[in-house]
Amino acid sequence: MASIAVSICLVGLLFALTRALFFGGDSTPGQAKRVVVHHKVALTQDLPVGYERTIQEIPGVRAVTSLRWFGGTYKDPGNPKNRFAQFAIEPKTLFGVHTEYQISQAEKDQFVAQKTACVASRTLAEKLGWKPGERITLVGGMLPATLELTLAGIYDPHNDTSSVLYFNRDYLRDSLPAGDPRRDMAQQFYVEAEVKDAVSDIAQRIDDAFAESPYPTKSEPERAFMLSFVSFLGNLKLFLSAICGAVTFTLLLITTNMLSMSVLERTREVGILKTLGFSDSEILGMVVAEAAVIALLGGLVGCALAAGLSAALASAMRSVPGFISVASGLALSPLVAVLTLSLAILIGFVSSIAPGVYAARTSIAQALQYNG
Amino acid sequence: MMVPLSYNTRNLLVRKTTTLMTASGIALSVAILVASLALVEGLSTVFANTANPLQLLVLRKGGDSELGSTVSTEDFEILRSVSGIANDQAGQPLASQELVNVANLPSSDNPKGMNVTVRGLSPVGIEMRNVHLLAGCWFQAGKREVVVGKAVSQRYPSARIGNHIRFGKGDWEITGVMDGGQSALNSEIWGDFNQISGDYNRQDSSSSVLLRATDPVSLDALKHSVEDDPRLNASAMTERDYYQKQTASGAPLEFLGILVSVIMAIGSGFATANIMYAAVVRRGKEIGTLKTLGFSEGSILLSFLSESVLLSGLAGALGCVIALPLNWVTTGVGSTTSFSEIAFRFHVDAAALLAGLIFAVVLGAAGGALPARAAARKEILNALREA
Repeated sequence: MASIAVSICLVGLLFALTRALFFGGDSTPGQAKRVVVHHKVALTQDLPVGYERTIQEIPGVRAVTSLRWFGGTYKDPGNPKNRFAQFAIEPKTLFGVHTEYQISQAEKDQFVAQKTACVASRTLAEKLGWKPGERITLVGGMLPATLELTLAGIYDPHNDTSSVLYFNRDYLRDSLPAGDPRRDMAQQFYVEAEVKDAVSDIAQRIDDAFAESPYPTKSEPERAFMLSFVSFLGNLKLFLSAICGAVTFTLLLITTNMLSMSVLERTREVGILKTLGFSDSEILGMVVAEAAVIALLGGLVGCALAAGLSAALASAMRSVPGFISVASGLALSPLVAVLTLSLAILIGFVSSIAPGVYAARTSIAQALQYNG
Repeated sequence: MMVPLSYNTRNLLVRKTTTLMTASGIALSVAILVASLALVEGLSTVFANTANPLQLLVLRKGGDSELGSTVSTEDFEILRSVSGIANDQAGQPLASQELVNVANLPSSDNPKGMNVTVRGLSPVGIEMRNVHLLAGCWFQAGKREVVVGKAVSQRYPSARIGNHIRFGKGDWEITGVMDGGQSALNSEIWGDFNQISGDYNRQDSSSSVLLRATDPVSLDALKHSVEDDPRLNASAMTERDYYQKQTASGAPLEFLGILVSVIMAIGSGFATANIMYAAVVRRGKEIGTLKTLGFSEGSILLSFLSESVLLSGLAGALGCVIALPLNWVTTGVGSTTSFSEIAFRFHVDAAALLAGLIFAVVLGAAGGALPARAAARKEILNALREA
């Protein structure tokens, strides 16, 4: 039974992973209303900042901010602790777009009022021991600018432990050399919809609005956008289904093996049962029922193990940027648990057929003579 | 005295169905382990082949990827004149100013599109790399023309000679296909430096500069003179170091593969223990007989243990055989450094096979240990009396 439990645990974990990666899992409440707009050709290609006004006017849009990845270095970049995401955004709308970010009103006001202010996620601030008022210097890489920022506040993102720093896009604009074409360009727009159901409609409208411009866009719900990073891992779908198949096959072998052995060991008992008048079909039923119970028990233990394992894996993934949305979807949901258990029972049934038929067919004389 | 090994092989043969079933389970876990190792080995082969040991990649200070780096044309002129750089036949320094970005192309695996590295460079950049044209001709300076790597032309249906692909500010005509051996260059699209940098609003600056040192000794000196030059704000690393780091892109897949094979191995370990316990129970009389003949507890323990190791070892070999055909499989994985897809072939090397075999043997020993002890501890009288 232990081997069944372990294998079922694996199947459960793989199912949960597949669900998180390809069926999206569930959007967090914060994500559900958000649309990400980027250049149609590639994420790294720029869009005019002026798009923000057009997007704002689309019915159903509550708030919008542009976003640019700064990618500068902080202190010694050789130390992985000093690496974090840095985004230039519009402070007035950031917290309107990311409604799940918790921050005090005073800190928010200061962020809006002071052009060189920035805010950091709780994880980042704790990692580097930052307190409000901290001076932070970022040296640009792709963008020729050095930013001298002051930490205005620390926000608490809901269930997200990534290291992120946001600062005022106007400050970046003014720091870039006068002729730099990137002064008036952004990379993405984050859009918050009034209601959840309007998200795909808004995405479509945004793309329609810019379809004929020199900078066509691609808009998608935030969760879909996040998951598109997953395709980056390679052909994961094939990889996972190959493993799932292999595990199920192995499980079938193990269970059949185990059951045939337990039936074989009790051949004499089967003979006695038959002498007592149990019919062949009753014997078959007994073997099958026994298998089902073993499989179900193994399956339950396996599911419990899988739930623990996926929770552990999810918390490990949560601190890796790009995997946050996978992590939030990675859990042994009731549907996955039911699927896994059904697979366990199915395997129990399939693997009990051969030993069951063998037991049912053995004649009394043969069975009683058997000495294993 | 040792119990002959043929006693164990015969036992395995007699119960061939159970043996085969258990062996298949172990073989599959070994195959998954070997596949995960082959994936990483394949990736590192590709990256190792991309790097020229004499070449130095110059990025902005602290930069760790070409995509997130800027080196101005002014800096390039300074870099060209640093001493220690090799010259080509015409006497020009082997220094290449390059612009790197990504374009999104739909592939057969990914209809939504995957990122492909786009590199703008001049003829000297081509000369510095070990590539040749497979078909068509090189792009011409001043034209919106590109040459695609072999892997790109295979994996992306739109990347055919004569076709146009869209990135930057418009369409580009594909004029040729290049082959850089088993290297990451096969996953790139190349075009004229000035044309491409114009499309990405990057006039007067590039992403990186590639330098070739005259010899291994001057490589180190060249690196220091670049990094210590007060006029430049740049760091330099050998191409080898730069690409070696990118092998980490395969880490999530490797982690998943190893996790799965370990969990499967635990399951198979229990299965092995199971059938070995059954064997011990069934062969009670035989154990009794062996003991009567004077075989010691130790040799009986060893006999049963070697039976389970034999089983798992054979299964491990089978698993290695299952994984071998992967050597002919090409797949792609996203590099977090270049933000684009790198095509590579699995590489099942001797180390991976050996790891698979050792894994199987350890598994067999662990699964067989307790049953073997149970066999060795049997009392002669009880054992002989068993049905």
